Amino acid sequence: MADVTVIVPRRASERRLAIQELIPKLVLAPSFALILLFVYGFILFTIVLSFSGSKLLPDFSTWVGFGNYQRLFAHPNWITALKNLAIFASLYIVICSALGLGLAILLDQKIRGEGALRPIYLYPMALSFIVTGVAWKWFLDPGIGLEHVMHQWGWESFSFRWIKEGKYAIYTIVIAAVWQSSGFVMAMFLAGLRGVDNEVIKAAQIDGASTFTIYRRIIIPLMRPVFLSAFVVLAHLAIKSYDLVVAMTDGGPGTATWTPALFMQKFTFGRNEMGMGASSAIIMMIMIFSIIIPYLYSELRMGRRA
Amino acid sequence: MLRKFLLTTVFASGFALAANAAEQVEVLHWWTSGGEAAALDVLKQKLESQGVTWKDMPVAGGGGEQAMTALRARVTAGDPPTAVQALGFDITDWAKQGVVGDLGDVAGKEGWDKVVPTALQNFAMYDGKWIAAPVNVHSTNWVWINKKALDAAGGKAPESWDELIAVLDKMKENGITPLAHGGQAWQDATIFDAVVLSLGTDFYKAAMIDLDPAALNSDKMKEAFDRMAKLRSYVDDNFSGRDWNLASAMVIEGKGGMQMMGDWAKGEFLKAGQKPGEDFVCIRFPGTQGAVTFNSDMFMMFKVGDANKNAQLMMASDIMSPDFQSSFNVVKGSVPARTDVPDAAFDDCGKKGMKDLAEANSSGELFGSMAHGYAAPAAVKNALYDVVTRHFNGEIDSAEAAKQLADAVAAARG
Repeated sequence: MADVTVIVPRRASERRLAIQELIPKLVLAPSFALILLFVYGFILFTIVLSFSGSKLLPDFSTWVGFGNYQRLFAHPNWITALKNLAIFASLYIVICSALGLGLAILLDQKIRGEGALRPIYLYPMALSFIVTGVAWKWFLDPGIGLEHVMHQWGWESFSFRWIKEGKYAIYTIVIAAVWQSSGFVMAMFLAGLRGVDNEVIKAAQIDGASTFTIYRRIIIPLMRPVFLSAFVVLAHLAIKSYDLVVAMTDGGPGTATWTPALFMQKFTFGRNEMGMGASSAIIMMIMIFSIIIPYLYSELRMGRRA
Repeated sequence: MLRKFLLTTVFASGFALAANAAEQVEVLHWWTSGGEAAALDVLKQKLESQGVTWKDMPVAGGGGEQAMTALRARVTAGDPPTAVQALGFDITDWAKQGVVGDLGDVAGKEGWDKVVPTALQNFAMYDGKWIAAPVNVHSTNWVWINKKALDAAGGKAPESWDELIAVLDKMKENGITPLAHGGQAWQDATIFDAVVLSLGTDFYKAAMIDLDPAALNSDKMKEAFDRMAKLRSYVDDNFSGRDWNLASAMVIEGKGGMQMMGDWAKGEFLKAGQKPGEDFVCIRFPGTQGAVTFNSDMFMMFKVGDANKNAQLMMASDIMSPDFQSSFNVVKGSVPARTDVPDAAFDDCGKKGMKDLAEANSSGELFGSMAHGYAAPAAVKNALYDVVTRHFNGEIDSAEAAKQLADAVAAARG
């Protein structure tokens, strides 16, 4: 009898435990299934597609092996797109990080009105890239924008027509993208700066270190994880850059500002080259994974160490 | 007995319902701007007066790229619209997928093959069957000249390349932008079409239709590119990215001398209250009189169930009726897709367009426009766009362009 009274509550508690363990799994299951299908399933689908001879519609009856990839890397527009990506991504990441850090440090000086200043810098992030792109397209257009206004104000020799020149047009996209994102990077750095232990700084001040040295030797090295996060966010934005380019130049003048994402869209949907479009998407995915996976790996390793 | 009666009633009323619901067409198109929507409304009203419901499915976006993307989704889902506005090789590409309908019943009865120009039939028919109903014919080798600017530059419309250059030079001296142009790939390619055609109809056919590598990378092609470079020197520096209708506006306002554009540009002139012959002059691109490069808007018909088949055929028949072809095209600015429509309702440029079309059709000099997808499939067309626009923007010289043209076309066909 004594045995029974002991066993029943144990069974109930076991059941409760089992349910407690099951509930999170049950709740997560639908979203897990959806992600499995719509993210990883379609990645797989795209990989398969990139080896098929699909033109207008997906076509799984003709197989071309690596033919699509060969044609891709022989295509001048893809080469242009890769070059543009290299220019755009490196400038975008470097300038955004530098500007973001600079702004964050300036805002960190406990100045009056910080609460009002911060949203002003952050606000561009609230706009979509399409809005940013159209606004900058008009602003940089020599016929209606900056150059036109300068001429009207009497500065007749002023000339800034990069957006109309194939060699320089990609740099105007960098300008617009930096304008859009540096406020966001600033917010990230600001959070990082605020997270630095005050005791360390005070100790350094007592030792007689100048503000510059404190930043250079102590604060910025301490913000390594923030730099890493900023890099990952900016890098994948750069690889995906599509809407900004479409709004500003749509790949022009000529084919001067094509980017990989633009290439993917135009080939898949405009040129009935779904196989090639898929292969370009896979190359972009490999680029993004090669940034994200080392990052996740280092994050996880650090998490384990902590 | 009662049961049988009930059953038959149920079935009969069921069929009656089905028959009522059948009178519907779902139309996917990208004619959303004012003039275009008004033109399409002519068809909509005609069908509704016949008791057919018009289910509109507009997907905006000039060249119809977004519309084609929407169509992909619908076809993949196994539920295509009744009729889809489509262009050139896109029609052929869809036909190859085996999803298009057959208009044979009505086409045979109405004798379409006798009145539709042969060059158009190549697209409206696939494998011997009518699959699309052409609404109009646009021709692309037009030049639209501001009359005042032309008078100031001598007053004589140019008829050859040298005369054209003389007029352009004179306009430049007069202090206006001689050639109003928008730097978008398809606009560059529209001029390129005309320039190639001006070097001979045989050359156009060999290079653009047959895609003969020997013609693509030839001295003649180099000359075509040299002419493009020459034309580039008459365009203002601010041209890149400009929409075609803004370029038309430059000519209308007299800031620009002329525009080389298809006949949809006429609509802009008419909307601004200008009269052909008085305020503006329409000529064929110098050296191409007698030949026509066309593009044609067609309604491609998809396989639909028996319930909607009747409405689909009715729509096709309405599209091809001469009075619709006339009233639609007067509004749209194009010319009818059949050669037996009276030209009374058209203005001077429209009359000239119809006359030129009939002439080119009978002399065999009616060619599909490369720039508008009637000479080669999308992949080849866009490969050619790349080279033409790169050259026009000064990235490569003429000899290099001719070489790249042959390479790009070969790569896109592979």
